[in-house]
Amino acid sequence: MARLLDVLREQLHLTGTKEGCGEGECGACTVIIDGQIVNSCLVPVAQVNGAEITTIEGVAHNGELDAVQQAFIDHGGAQCGICTPGMVIAALDLLKRNPKPNENDIRNGLAGNLCRCTGYMKIFESVVRAYQK
Amino acid sequence: MDHQIGKPVPRKEGRKKVTGQALYVDDLSFPDMLHGATVRSPAARGKITSISFDGDIPWDQFVIVTAKDVPGANYVALILNDQPYLADGFVNHPEEPIVLLAHEDKYLLEEARRNVRIEIEEQPAIFSLADSLAKKEIIWGEDNVFKKFLVDKGNVDAAWANADLIVEGEYETGAQEQLYIENNGAIAIANAADGVTVWGSMQCPYYVHKALVKLFDLPEEKIRIIQTETGGGFGGKEEYPSLIAGHAALLAWKSGKAVKMIYDRAEDMVATTKRHPSRTRHKTAVSKDGKLLAMEIDFVIDGGAYCTLSPVVLSRGTIHAAGPYVCPNVRIHSRAVATNVPPHGAFRGFGAPQSIFALERHMNKIAHEVGLTPEEFRRRNFIHEGETTATSQLIRERVDMDHLLTQALKFSDYHAKRERFAAENSVSNGRFSKKRGIGFASFMHGAGFTGSGEVYLQSVVSAEATDEGKVRILAASTEIGQGTNTIFSQIASEILGLDFDSIEIVQPDTRQVPNSGPTVASRTSMVVGKLVESAVMGLKQTLTGSGLLPQEYSQPEFKKACSDYIGKFGSLKTSATYQPPPNVHWDDEKYQGDAYGAYAWAIYVAEVSFDELTYEARVEDFVALQEVGRVLNPVLAAGQIEGGVAQAIGFTLFENVVWKDGRMANNQMTNYIIPTPADIPPIRVFFEENPYAYGPGGAKGIGELPMDGAAPAILNAIENATGMSFNQIPLMPETLMKPFV
Repeated sequence: MARLLDVLREQLHLTGTKEGCGEGECGACTVIIDGQIVNSCLVPVAQVNGAEITTIEGVAHNGELDAVQQAFIDHGGAQCGICTPGMVIAALDLLKRNPKPNENDIRNGLAGNLCRCTGYMKIFESVVRAYQK
Repeated sequence: MDHQIGKPVPRKEGRKKVTGQALYVDDLSFPDMLHGATVRSPAARGKITSISFDGDIPWDQFVIVTAKDVPGANYVALILNDQPYLADGFVNHPEEPIVLLAHEDKYLLEEARRNVRIEIEEQPAIFSLADSLAKKEIIWGEDNVFKKFLVDKGNVDAAWANADLIVEGEYETGAQEQLYIENNGAIAIANAADGVTVWGSMQCPYYVHKALVKLFDLPEEKIRIIQTETGGGFGGKEEYPSLIAGHAALLAWKSGKAVKMIYDRAEDMVATTKRHPSRTRHKTAVSKDGKLLAMEIDFVIDGGAYCTLSPVVLSRGTIHAAGPYVCPNVRIHSRAVATNVPPHGAFRGFGAPQSIFALERHMNKIAHEVGLTPEEFRRRNFIHEGETTATSQLIRERVDMDHLLTQALKFSDYHAKRERFAAENSVSNGRFSKKRGIGFASFMHGAGFTGSGEVYLQSVVSAEATDEGKVRILAASTEIGQGTNTIFSQIASEILGLDFDSIEIVQPDTRQVPNSGPTVASRTSMVVGKLVESAVMGLKQTLTGSGLLPQEYSQPEFKKACSDYIGKFGSLKTSATYQPPPNVHWDDEKYQGDAYGAYAWAIYVAEVSFDELTYEARVEDFVALQEVGRVLNPVLAAGQIEGGVAQAIGFTLFENVVWKDGRMANNQMTNYIIPTPADIPPIRVFFEENPYAYGPGGAKGIGELPMDGAAPAILNAIENATGMSFNQIPLMPETLMKPFV
């Protein structure tokens, strides 16, 4: 059966959700299903029948970026950009659960999302700047 | 108009990336597109005796390509042209490509790939650098040696007799996977009438172009290479894209349809390039007051089964092997050797992290034996303006390693911590205690191609004005996350006095942009950025020279001048070609002279904890201080350093390629571990600015530097914490526990 990731990318043409490893390790395919963040590469599409799914394409509203997206641009949270959609989704989820996370909360909150470019420092800073706004 | 240079201007393509609109190669599709797959060698070395297409597969629906379908030359054009696109009768490493398949259904394609049976009559293979040097089997050329260099300064042999002390050591580094989060991928359309067009994830469009001209035996204008948004490279997309692009194009050529070939993670890790494993031996003569008298260095890297870029990786490793020190007598003998593993390739630092690891561990060893602290020993040997490097390059710029060291030790609170940790570590807290330590490394990294490389490259950048008053920068230098688009825009807007958004960076496409050289070797800002500066200066001079633009102008005046000029002359485009800085001379035969136009200089300090129960070493704090000329964009520059340090922490403590008969056994992110957000210490980045006269806005190269210093700094810190000397990375808990059990 098709994975949710494949249905999003190939049938719905929502290519903002990326595949990095296909085994739930890297978080590039992170989406929100009914309020929970999941790796869409691990979800058979049948499991999401009737569910509400938010992908990166649904984060900005009418062209207006979410504060997290803006902070990633302003503070160097994105470099090559391939992990960024998943990272932004994970940061949104973290801030929803914990509106003022400390550094440890941020590290743990994003621990399922790997980035090879930034060394994470600027991603942490972006999250802090986003909630300070 | 505000200055653009030195400002934290937000990333040019940032909005596309945070909204998911940036298009990577796997995000593209074409009508009637097929998917491509590679059938690879099951054995390390041997004769291909049969290829059969088994199973319940409708083979007649498949496009099948083997070596006999190659229209031109069956080799990847690079340095020695010894690597075939598709093995023809013989394989030299596991996972070597043999057959290509394409089908519109990618699930059936995968099923089919598993049903191609390849029989190999195996021959003895060698998998280690030591076995290759020992000629246990000759697998390449006459002696398994792809390339060797000899750097010989002064008279090393005469120095041993005068030494108060001779210190020897041996140091090893392992393979490392680049692990860009976007796997390698390409899409090709190819036919005899239109030629070949490839879209792909890559660093160097003109490398792919050169390779495909040979592969298809077509004129240059019939090959078109377009870089799509690229999800990280780190060297892993320097030479490898020539292979996957060629494979997709061969399938497209035979089928007449667009073919997309995207590796999954397991294939990318098992089949593509990694950092060269290395072994370095040092023998050093020192006086009792701690002056270096002679350095003899034997540096060997494992190149894998084909030559690919190993000679140039070896070159950079060789030139950096003696570090930022002055020594009258230096002999560096280096070799790149063949083994039956997939070819090792470019990876950030390109040989330098390997030889610098060895040197900076060895410097601590010498300091200990001569009875000086690590910092005092280095201070007595640092190179200064007016002195010469191992290649006899006269340092013509101000270099103050002493100052950098003082600052880095201050920022890291090194001396106080050294004292405190010594006291705390001496108190035993039973078997659950943690020991702490702090250590550092001093190093330099040359930017741009080595020696005469930049002169041979003859890079070109063009700038073109539109009648809307925008300026388009045309270069083959790719944005791979490091900030090319932003830096080029800053440089151009600074010179032209236009706002940042008036500068457009044209997507690298060999039909549109000139060859500004590969996106490698920390050369994009320093070398190509300088060409951007010259090209837009030419544009401005053309306008002012034509009388259409006054010397001082506003943005609307610029726009009007562009519109008037284009109305009068049709178009406005200027180009700049690389000119070497004055006094740069390099002798390729003797390996002596000005190896690089400029060096970045750095001191990195690591603080570690060592858990006596789990034998885990963890980096707790990291200070990275460097002098990189002028910082063009502080956010992007710090991002380069932080990312490089994180990758280097992985290289040191996490990333262990497990080999089984020449094949990576842990080719998954589940068991090849890179640092996560929970693993990285605070990385504190500091810059000292010393503008470089020949870099744009005074900038030097920066990208590779942070890969060099972390590994030896961390192992020096572990030695400080444990009193044990480890000289091999990756340093896993299994190795760390050995002295204690």
